[in-house]
Amino acid sequence: MMSDRTIAVLSGKGGTGKTFISVNLACAAAPATYIDCDAEEPNGHLFFQPAIKTQEAVNVPVPRVDPAKCIKCRQCVDFCAYHALAWTGRELLVFDEMCHGCGGCAMLCPVQALRETERAIGRVQTGEAQGVQVLSGFLNPGEATGVPVIKQLLNTKHPGGRAIIDCPPGSSCMVSESIQDADYCVLVAEPTRFGAHNLAMVHELARLYNKPCGVVLNKALPGDDPSRQYCQAHGLPILAEIAFEVQLGKLTSNGMIAVKEDPRYRALFERLLERIDQEACHAAVGHS
Amino acid sequence: MKIAIPVVSDVKDTAVSDTFGRAAMFMVYDTEADASIYIQNKAALSSGGAGIQAAQTVVDSEVSVLLTPQLGSNAAKVLKAAGIRLYKAQPGLNARENLERFTQGKLDALEQIHEGFHRH
Repeated sequence: MMSDRTIAVLSGKGGTGKTFISVNLACAAAPATYIDCDAEEPNGHLFFQPAIKTQEAVNVPVPRVDPAKCIKCRQCVDFCAYHALAWTGRELLVFDEMCHGCGGCAMLCPVQALRETERAIGRVQTGEAQGVQVLSGFLNPGEATGVPVIKQLLNTKHPGGRAIIDCPPGSSCMVSESIQDADYCVLVAEPTRFGAHNLAMVHELARLYNKPCGVVLNKALPGDDPSRQYCQAHGLPILAEIAFEVQLGKLTSNGMIAVKEDPRYRALFERLLERIDQEACHAAVGHS
Repeated sequence: MKIAIPVVSDVKDTAVSDTFGRAAMFMVYDTEADASIYIQNKAALSSGGAGIQAAQTVVDSEVSVLLTPQLGSNAAKVLKAAGIRLYKAQPGLNARENLERFTQGKLDALEQIHEGFHRH
C-alpha cells in the first residue's frame, strides 16, 4: 500500500539514532523522500551519497544602516528582541548572526535609515539515491537559527510519496518548525534515565502540536529501561525495539544502511513502517 | 570617571561575576562622588544575545572603564566601539578590592576575548 504520509523522527538529544532510524525508514519505504532538517549537522546524505540535482542558497533579510540618515533615536535597538543591534553612543552596530530577519527595525525607523538587504545563512540541496529523494538543509556555522533553512527545505518540491523528516535534536524552534506539517512523530529513545528525560521533552513538544506519536526504543538492553517505563506510564505506543548490537554500530559508523545490508533489518524497518501507518491511520480516524 | 564591574549582588563587598553577559548586575562606581550604584542586568536571563544587551546597559550607564574577568567577542565589539577601556578583574578578589587594584594601576588591560557562549 502506498502512503504519502509525512513522518517526523525526533529525539530529545543527539546520538539516540534519529538519522539511523530516518535513513533506514526512507530506504525501506522507497520510493520515498528523506528530508534532513538537522541543518546544524546534516549527515543523512553521507549514508545515501545522492547524485546532487540542485543547490539553492537560503537568504535572510538583514538591516543595513545609513549613518547619515540615523537620528540616534534608538527605537530599533530597544525593539530588537534578539539583541542584534547596539548603539555605542557613536554608531549603530548590527550583529548579522543574531538577526532573525523579522524586519521590525526597518519598519520602526522614523527616518528610513535602515533598509533590509539579504545575506546567505545556508543552503538547501536535493539529490537522488536509489529511489530515495534526498533533501538536506545546511546551516552555516555560527548562525543563530536554522529555522529559515528548514522552512525553505520543507517548501522544496519533491515527487510526493512518503516523506521521512530527520529532525534536529532537542525540542527547540528548529524542531518545532520541522514537525509543523508531519502526520506522525516517531520519538527515538535510549534505555537510560537521561534517555527517558529527553523522551519526555519531545513527547511534550509532540503533544503541544497535537501530533500522534509513538516510540522506537533504540539500543535496547535487557533489564530496566526507564524509557519503556515512561511509555507505559504515559500510554505511548512502542513501535519497535532495536536491540543494542555491535555489528549494527559498525555498519552505521561505516556509512552503510542496515536495511540494505541485512535482511533482518529490512524486515524490522518494513514492520516499523506498517506499524506507523496503522497508528497514524488510527489517530486520523480518532481525530476526525 | 565611572567604572563598571559585573557583580553577583548589590552589597559593597560583592563578589565579581565570573561572566559578563550573564552577570546578575553591574556595579557602577563614580570616582568623583566616591559612591556606587547597582544596575540590574536585564540580559542575565536573556535567551540569546546576552553579551550585546549587557554591553548596551554598560554603555548606557556612561562609564569610561569596565573591569571584568572575561568578555565575549560581541560584547567586546560594542564596548570598544563605545570607547570604553577594558581591564581584567581578578576573580579571587571582590569588587571593592578590584577597584582598589585598578586605582593603584595594578590591573592589566583585558587582552583575551573569548568567542562567546552562543548557544540556545
